[in-house]
This record gives sequence, C-alpha cells and structure tokens, in this order.
Amino acid sequence: MPEETLTDQEAYFLERVDRGDRIEADDWMPEDYRQQLVRLIAMHAVSEIMGALPEKEWVPRAPTLYRKLAITAKVQDEVGHGQLLIRVAEDLMRPWGKNREDVMDDLFTGRLKYHNVFHMATPTWADAGVIGWLVDGAAVITQGMSLSCSYAPYARALQRIVEEEGFHIQHGESICMALAEGTPMQRAMLQDALNRWWPALLMFFGPPEKSQLSTHQLRNIRYRIRSKTNEELRQRFFSKYVHRIWSLGLTIPDPTLQQDPFTKEWTYQQPDWDEFRRIVSNHGPRSEARLGLRSTTYQEGEWVRRTIALSPAVG
Amino acid sequence: MQRWTIEEAAANPERSRLVSELLWQLADDDMIIGFRDQEWLGLAPHIEEDVAFGSIGQEEIGHAALYYGLLEQLGYGKADDLASLRTAAERRNSVLVEQPNGAGHYLESPHYDWAWTIVRHYLHDVWETALLGGLTDSVFEPLADAAGKILREKRYHLAHQELWMRTMAAHDPDSRGRLEDAWRRVQAWAGDLADLGPSGADFEAAGLCQSVESIVGRYHVRVSEMAGALGLPAMECETRQNGRCGEHTEALQQALDTLSEVYRLDPTANW
Repeated sequence: MPEETLTDQEAYFLERVDRGDRIEADDWMPEDYRQQLVRLIAMHAVSEIMGALPEKEWVPRAPTLYRKLAITAKVQDEVGHGQLLIRVAEDLMRPWGKNREDVMDDLFTGRLKYHNVFHMATPTWADAGVIGWLVDGAAVITQGMSLSCSYAPYARALQRIVEEEGFHIQHGESICMALAEGTPMQRAMLQDALNRWWPALLMFFGPPEKSQLSTHQLRNIRYRIRSKTNEELRQRFFSKYVHRIWSLGLTIPDPTLQQDPFTKEWTYQQPDWDEFRRIVSNHGPRSEARLGLRSTTYQEGEWVRRTIALSPAVG
Repeated sequence: MQRWTIEEAAANPERSRLVSELLWQLADDDMIIGFRDQEWLGLAPHIEEDVAFGSIGQEEIGHAALYYGLLEQLGYGKADDLASLRTAAERRNSVLVEQPNGAGHYLESPHYDWAWTIVRHYLHDVWETALLGGLTDSVFEPLADAAGKILREKRYHLAHQELWMRTMAAHDPDSRGRLEDAWRRVQAWAGDLADLGPSGADFEAAGLCQSVESIVGRYHVRVSEMAGALGLPAMECETRQNGRCGEHTEALQQALDTLSEVYRLDPTANW
C-alpha cells in the first residue's frame, strides 16, 4: 500500500497498528487488511479441521486406554480450534455476506489451501506421535509469532490454541519417548516415521525468502499480522527440536544438518519445493482421499445442519 | 449394611465372580460405544457437534477405563489387556452398541447415519442411567462411588441425545422420517440392552444392585415417555443374540480388530 496516498481513515488505522493498538471485529479496517486476515485465518481454520483427520486415523486404534483417552481429547481440541477460528473468520466475512459454508466450499473446490503436513500419509502409530510432538511443535512456533497480531479476536483465539498445543506437544513427545525407549520394533517404527515426516516438517514453514519477501508477507508484516519470516521460524524450530530428537537416539535424515557455532545458524538440505507446491495444491499423497472423506460426510450431513439452522422451538 | 471393599470382594470367589460379571457389562458397553463415537471424530455433520460428540466418546472410554481398572484390582489381569485382548465371546456388551455407525469403514468411504447414531446412543444412555441409578447404594463400595460420579456426566449425554431427537422430530418431514426410520431399526438390536444377563437375580440378592425389575422398569418408562412425547410408536425390541451371554455379531469382531490393532503388535511393550 503506497502510504503517501492514504485517506485519513487509512492513515489513522495504520497509526493505531503502529502504536500497538488491537483492532476489534467492529472497528473500521481497510479492505486489504480484512482480506489478508481472512486469507490467513480461514486457512488456519481449515488446516485445523483437515488436520484432525491424519491423527484421527489412529484414534480408534490407539494402543492403551490411557492413549485412547489422550488422543481423543487431543483431536477433539484440534476440531475445537477449527471451530474457534472459523467463527473469527465468519465475523470478518460478514460484510461480504459470507459464512462458514463458503469457507468449507472453498476448501472442497481447492480455492482454500490447508497446511502441507495434513496431506501426508499416516501409516503407523508412530505418525500420531510425530504429529503431536513435531508438527504441533512447528505450529506453536508459527502461532506464537501471531500472539502479538494486531487483530485482537485472532490473538485471543491463538492465546487459547497455543496453550492447548503445549499439552499436545507433551502428548506427542510422550508417545515418541515410549517408542524410543521401547522394543526394537517400536524404535524402528519411530525412526521410519521421522524419516518420512522430516521434509514435510521443513516445508511447514514455507520456502526460504532469500531476502525477497512476498507481497503477502510484506503486507502482513506492515499490518503487524505476522512479525517473522519463514526462515526465521524454521531456524527456531531447528534450535528447539534438533537436539531433543537426537537425545531420543534418533537419526535425522539429513547428513548435512549442522549449526554454525558462532552465528548459531542451521544449514540443512532444502526439501523439494516443487513437491511442496504440488502437495498444497491438493496433489499430496493423501490430499484427494482426505478431502473426499471430509466432503462426502459434509454433504451427507447437510440435512442435519439444516435441521438446527432453522429448527422450530423445541421443548 | 456392611460394604465390600476391593480386597473383600477379591478375597471371596463368589463375590468376585458376581462383581466381575456386572463390571464386564458396564465396561464393555462403554468401551464399544466409545469406540463407535471415536469413529465419528472429525466427520460429524456440524463442527460444534464434532466437539460435543468427541467429549462424549472420551467420557465413555474414561468410564470403561474406570471399570476395567476395578477388574484389574480384583485380579482379572491388566486393564489394557482386558480392554484389547479379550475375544468377542468373552465380551458382555449389548449387541446394540457394537453395530456400526452406518455403511463403510471409518477410514474409507464412511456413509454414517446420524439419526441412527443418536437414537442408538440415546438408548444406551437411558439404560446406563437407569442401571447406575440402581448401583449408587451397591454393596460393592467402589462401584457405588463410581456410579454417583458417572451419573453426573450421563445427565449431559442424555440431554444431548434427547435434544437431537426432539429437534429431528420437530424440524421437517425429512428429519422426522429419518428419526422414525432409526427408531424402527434399533428395535432389531436393542433386545439385550436393558438386560442384566443370567446373573441378574444374583446381583440383586447380593445387594450389588437394586431390584432388577425397578432398574429395567425405569428404562422402559423413560423410553415410553420419549416415544409418547415425540409421537413415535412404542418400542418392541427383538433379541436375536444376547450380548450379555457372549453372543455377538460380526460387527463386534471388526471393532475389536481395529481397537486392538496397535496393542496386539506387542501387548508386553510399553506404549
């Protein structure tokens, strides 16, 4: 946005953002700000909704009573985050005459993307552990940055989400630790899952910027919707998790991975970014199957939503 | 009345047998309905409902874990083994709760039936409420304590299913038709639900539960009142197999294969 051509209203809005004021749903906001928020929050919401499915595959199969309880609660939390976020997005879309049905339609038609990690296959129980520990760990790093987001309803939702994700990380880490300390079969299952998930975890943060920020990123940084680059977040992930992964006796499938002792910067093998683009455009290993699962059950439940949307008073 | 502690029940073979027979019914009903609830997770017709149903499923499995925990303390083996490794013939759940949520498998092309799910869960909740109400003064102290606690949660489960039944009945001919269809179909499977099995009279005589007649009667009164309020026909259930005697359908074996898939890889491992 060329700041020399701003209207008074726009200039005042940016001044509020600059001084750290939080914007509420009913406050005036530039259309561009609204669009950036909807893009981000609707994507986050459908990622939570679709993100429930990979782990859900293991919910009915979780090995012990304790794990059955924990993973049911965990996946239910993810659905709850989807609900919280879709309501934040709905408030923003109201002036456009849109609601959550439009968000779901955009998901099914491919207009709205969801996170790369949730397109991946989850063939073993260890995948449930790796998702809880490292995918949620990566998500907290990204979401932690947005806790200071200028849009107050999103920041408030994130506050709760990030707190719950803290438990999810412990839950996932606990599954991984049990496998790492377990039988050779359990350790092999965990190592195999890490090998498969590693590239997807690096992709989660998005391509490195190489000092070239995208228009969306620049706008979001200007609006204080986000404050860090993809690469900064990925570096944080390495610093937080690489040593923990090693301490479980696991091998990270990247022999080039190392940290510069002086700059503390990690060097690593880039994942295949073309593959990343194929995955997020719904051509990942499980994209079609999961979208099919979600859209079929969504369509078949249409009569149920109609029932509660327009129900006469019931006693 | 002298109440039995775990140790007192465990030390007396006849007491232990009676307590365990009742606990298998409670534990297996909740384990299997909780499993059916888990299959819905992420797929419910409405996102708020997904959250609600997720909670209900979690609580059902939590209750099952409590009952299996009591059986473990009575010396019947590790709770996780009891939940995952017992054969279908050893299970004492009602055949109603083992029936699938609809056509298809939860991982592939599920065509789940919401009206059936609600009506089936409603009947389970009415039965469990009636039964637990008859256990709050049980001679077996840990069960009396558990019944009081669990009843507080069952109130919400029941309120949830009743609200859905009323909503489906009142909304339009389509939703009402689906409710009526589900109401008719559950009758083929619900015959063994309100049944305490072959030892029912012994449970009563030992003071493990109140009179079987009053417990079963409370269930029937509540279901009839609901039928009356919604204009549904009186329920006349069939008993094809009696799950309380270990008779089950193929659906239970499929559920057990799935719920124990990981655990069976190595039941001696720490998961």
